[in-house]
Amino acid sequence: MTIQERAEVDLSRRNAMKKAGNLGLLGLLASIGLTPNLAEAGLSAAAFDAKSLDAALDALGGLIATENAAIQITAPEIAENGTVVPVTVDCSLAQVEQISILVEKNPTILAAHFVISKRATGFVNTKIKMAQTSNVIALVKANGKFYRTSKEVKVSAGGC
Amino acid sequence: MSSPTKMKVAVKGVYTEVKILMQHVMENGRRKDDNGNIIPAWYISDFKVKHKDEVVFEGQFGTSVSKNPYLVCRILGAAAGEKITVSWVDNHGEQREDEAVIE
Repeated sequence: MTIQERAEVDLSRRNAMKKAGNLGLLGLLASIGLTPNLAEAGLSAAAFDAKSLDAALDALGGLIATENAAIQITAPEIAENGTVVPVTVDCSLAQVEQISILVEKNPTILAAHFVISKRATGFVNTKIKMAQTSNVIALVKANGKFYRTSKEVKVSAGGC
Repeated sequence: MSSPTKMKVAVKGVYTEVKILMQHVMENGRRKDDNGNIIPAWYISDFKVKHKDEVVFEGQFGTSVSKNPYLVCRILGAAAGEKITVSWVDNHGEQREDEAVIE
């Protein structure tokens, strides 16, 4: 290895560590409920730009969420038309703060993110596009904790 | 010019049901026109539902929300005859606000 190559390796390693360090800080902030990108200004683009389900959940702060039967997703078993798929999320949890709807196999995984005030119930009904058969995930933040549930929707004709 | 948001708001027992139909193309930025050119993304990015100047329900949309976004939410502490306001802004910065009287 020449000195030049050695320097490049060092530099790339340093950059990688720098990136990891930044992520660590974000993760730490998220774990104590202080995600700057989830402030009242709204979500950062990262949540909508995420290209994997885990990345989207992470950007929402809900990578670690427990399955909870108190969240109900109502959606068709088979959607004939992927351009309009009705989805309802209804949760009986106390103090619902956020509801996010994600489609695992869509190009844009996060479909919609809702902020629920104390003046609203943990309920939302909307219509989304689905590219193909996929799990639809509801991520719910209630009383500071994240919960999730999912439901598979078979799509006959994708529309994304 | 955007078209008015259609709303139907009614008291249903303990909560008030707010049905909203926003008028927007919600282009995802991946479709092509007849000449094979990409149609740029154009979508509602943020919306707010207000009752007496207080935001009671709000959210963000991505491009996976269907054309003419449909939304139903349930709010508390509102009465018939009062007004509900729905506002949105899209990724081009265009915005509008519409209101409806609670039935």
